[in-house]
Amino acid sequence: MPVCSYLAYPARGAKKELAKELSALRYCEVTPSENEEILLLVTDTPDEKEEKALQDTLKNIKSLQSLGMTFGHMDE
Amino acid sequence: MNINRRSFIKSMALKSAVAAAAALFPGISFGAWKEADFPSGMIQWKKTPCRFCGTGCGLLAGISGDRAVAVKGDPNCSVNKGLCCVKGYHSIQILYGKDRFKDALVRKNGKLVKVPVQEALDLVADKMKENIKDHGKDSVAIYGSGQWSIADGYTASKLFKGCIGTNNVEANARLCMASAVTGFMTSFGLDEPMGCYDDIDHADVFITWGNNMAEMHPVLFSRMLANRKSKKHVKIIDFATRTTRSSQASDKSILFRPQTDLAVANAICYEIIKNKWVNWNFVKKHVSFHKGKTNIGYGTQDHFKFKDKAETVDLNKYKAFLQDYTPEKVEKISGVSAKDIKYMASLYGAPDKKVTSFWCMGMNQHTRGTWINNLVYNIHLLVGKISTPGNSPFSLTGQPSACGTVREVGTLTHKLPHGVVMKEKDRKMAAKIWNVPVEKIDPKPTYHTVEMFRALDRGDIRFMWIQVTNPMVTMPNLKRYREGAKKDGRFLVVSEIYPTPTSDVADVVLPSALWIEREGFFGNSERRTQHNEQIVPMPGNTMCNTWQLIEVARRLGFKKQFPWSRETYIEDIWNEYTRFHDSPKHRMAPYKVLKARPGVQWPFVNGMETKWRYNPKYDPAAKGDDFDFYGKPDNRAWIWLRPYEPAAESPDSEYPFWLNTGRVLEHWHTGSMTRRVPILHKAVPASYVEINSDDAANLGITNGSRVKITSRRGSIVMIASIDGRGRPPRGMVFVPFFDEKYLINEVTLDAFCPISKQPDYKKCAVKLERA
Repeated sequence: MPVCSYLAYPARGAKKELAKELSALRYCEVTPSENEEILLLVTDTPDEKEEKALQDTLKNIKSLQSLGMTFGHMDE
Repeated sequence: MNINRRSFIKSMALKSAVAAAAALFPGISFGAWKEADFPSGMIQWKKTPCRFCGTGCGLLAGISGDRAVAVKGDPNCSVNKGLCCVKGYHSIQILYGKDRFKDALVRKNGKLVKVPVQEALDLVADKMKENIKDHGKDSVAIYGSGQWSIADGYTASKLFKGCIGTNNVEANARLCMASAVTGFMTSFGLDEPMGCYDDIDHADVFITWGNNMAEMHPVLFSRMLANRKSKKHVKIIDFATRTTRSSQASDKSILFRPQTDLAVANAICYEIIKNKWVNWNFVKKHVSFHKGKTNIGYGTQDHFKFKDKAETVDLNKYKAFLQDYTPEKVEKISGVSAKDIKYMASLYGAPDKKVTSFWCMGMNQHTRGTWINNLVYNIHLLVGKISTPGNSPFSLTGQPSACGTVREVGTLTHKLPHGVVMKEKDRKMAAKIWNVPVEKIDPKPTYHTVEMFRALDRGDIRFMWIQVTNPMVTMPNLKRYREGAKKDGRFLVVSEIYPTPTSDVADVVLPSALWIEREGFFGNSERRTQHNEQIVPMPGNTMCNTWQLIEVARRLGFKKQFPWSRETYIEDIWNEYTRFHDSPKHRMAPYKVLKARPGVQWPFVNGMETKWRYNPKYDPAAKGDDFDFYGKPDNRAWIWLRPYEPAAESPDSEYPFWLNTGRVLEHWHTGSMTRRVPILHKAVPASYVEINSDDAANLGITNGSRVKITSRRGSIVMIASIDGRGRPPRGMVFVPFFDEKYLINEVTLDAFCPISKQPDYKKCAVKLERA
C-alpha cells in the first residue's frame, strides 16, 4: 500500500491543465501552488499493481514535465 | 487506528512535499493546504541528527509505542530548518529491515552460528589476548568509521592506544576526509572549516569543485538555490569532471579533465595577481608563502613512506611559480577554456562579491588531495575572502560524524583526542586523562587504512575488529584485501546491523544497536556536535558499539579505565572526552546543553557558539583587530606552491577510459541500510555504468545493454546508462558504488595522496567491451 508525495513540474504554461489531469486520476490528490509553477501530488495506491499502473499513466501525461519524489512509504 | 495511521502517513507525505517546495521556492504558498490535526498522544516527537551524510540535518522521529513510525525535519535545527532529503524522510525504516542481525554469530566449521553475545565477547577478548601474546601488540587492530558515534570512537582509541598500546586505530574517514584534514593542517595548522552553513545565506557566488551537491548534500544545495531565488545576482558555478544534476541547476557548468583542477586553481591565482585583485592588506598581514616537495609518488607499493618538508619562500618566488599556469597554458592541460578560467578568477577577484567554495570527494579522493585543498585556500587567501560571513572555503563531509568522531576524537593511527602520538606533551595529556602510564602510548604511528589492510594481507596484522563500516565493498583494489582477510591465521570481528560482504568474511559478528536505539553524539561538517537519546529499544540481543568495546576492555583487564555504569556511560564518556578540548580554540558544549539543543558549534565559550573562526569578531580564541590565524606558529595562513602532477594511472591505448566512482542521492554509501528501505531500493534498484552517448555509439552499446569494464586489477559486467541523471564526457565512465552485487572497487586502484594517505576513487584507466 504505497503512499508517495512528489513535486510535480508542469510543462511550460500547463499548470492548470496538469492540475486538472492529475485530479482526475484515481489515488491522486493535488495541491497547486498559488504563486509558483509547481504542484504537490500525493498518491495513495492499494497495492503494487495499481502503483505500477499509476506510474505508467503519469509517464504519459503530456502536461507533466517531471516529478521529484519527496516522500515514499510502503507497508510490508 | 488503520484509518488514522493511513491519514497520518498521507499527511506526512504532503508535509514533506511542502517542505521541499518551500526550500526550492522561498515564499511559495499553497492556499488549499491545511495541516492535519492528529489526536495528541498518538505520536511523540523526539529530536535526533540524521543518520546519513555529514550535513547533520536535525530530525524529529515520531514514536508510537516502542516503534519509530514517522520522521520530519526539525524546524528548530539551523542546519536544515525543517527540510529533509529523500534519505532523511525514510531514515527510520533502516531500523526495521527483515534480515537485521539480532544475535551474535561465531564461525564454526565454516558457518556462522548463533551464540550468546557474552560468549562471542569472551571469544573476541581471548583472540586479542592470544594474538598480542604470540605476535605482539601491533598484530591487533580496530577499523572504525565516520558513522561511529563519538563515544564509540573515543572508547576504541582509549582501549587500543591507551590500554593495549598499539596505534593500529583507523577509520573509514581516511577514505573520505583525510585530504581535507591535511589541507587544513598544512594551510591553517588546525583542522575543520573556519566558516559554517550560514555562509550559504550570505554568499553572492558559489563555486563547487568536483562536488555534486544536488545529490550528495541536497539540503545544503536547496539552501543555495533558495539564496539564489531570493537575490537575483547570486551565481552558482559547477566546476566538475562530469555533468550531473548539480550542473543542470547551476548558472554555469565548466568541465575539466581529471586531476587538472590543480592547474586551474593555480591559473585562477595567476589571474588574480595579474589583474591586481589581490587584497594586499590581508596578504601582507596574514599570509606567508611556502613550498613543499614535488614528484611525491602515489603509494601503490607496500611500505610506501613520504614526509613533506616545508620551505618558506617569498611572494616573488610564488609569482615566478605561477608563470607556468597562465590561462592559455592551462587550457591545454585541463580542457577548460582560458575564457572560463578568467571568468572564475573574476568572480573570486571581484571586490564586492562574497564567494563560497564547496567541495567534497572530488577534491579529497585525489592523489594530490592535500595539494588541491591548499590551492583552493590559496585563492581565498589571495583575495582575503575567508572567515567572514559568505566568504568561505568549505570542505563538506560525507559521513555524519567524520568530523566529530574521526577528526576530533582522533581515531587515526597518528592521532590522539588532542594532538598526535608523536608529541610527548600530547601523550602525557592522554595518559593522565586515560589513567594509563605514559609509556603505554606508542610514539610511532603504525598503519594508515590502505597500509593496514595490506598488513592484514601480509600477516603483520592478524586480528581486526571492524565496526560500522563495510571495507569489503569500499577498499580500492578490493580483491587483494578480501583475499587477505580470508587467509588462514586472520581473525575478523565485525560489529554490524545487517549482513554485508564484510560480515560474510567475519569470524565473529556482534549485533549492533543502530542510531536512535542507543544514546550518542555525532559531529557534522560545520563543527556542530549533535546529541541523540535512546528513543526506541534495542532489538533482540543487539548491543551499543561503545558497550561492546567496554565489555571487551574489561575482559582484557582494563576495568579501572572503563568503570562506567550502563545507565550513564555515554554522559561519563562525554565528560571525560571534553577534558581534551578545554581551551577557547576547541571547547565543546556540556552534556546538558547538547541534550537540550539540536546541535552546538564548537568552540563553545562562555555559553556562545563560534560561527567563524580566526576572526576576533566571532571567535573568542582570535586576538587582534581583524584576523588571527592562530593555528600556525607564525600566526599566518600559509599559501603553498603546489604544482600540477598527473594522476597515478591515466587512460592509454590499452585502457582508454577514465573510471570515476561515487554515489547517488537515494543510497547511502555501500547501501547496506538504504537498499533495505523499499522505496529507496525501488528508486535505484541496481548500480550501472554511465557512458557518454558518443562513446556508447562507437562501441555499439545501447542504453540498458551489458558492458564489461576492465582495468589492470579486475573486471565487472554492468548495465549501461546513457544520458541518464549523470553524463560523463567522452573518454570517461562513472559507476556508483552502493551495490554489493557490482563490486566496482575490484577495478579501482589503491593509489593515494602521499600526505593524507587518502585513496583516489575518481581516477584509474579502464577499457569497455559489449558483454
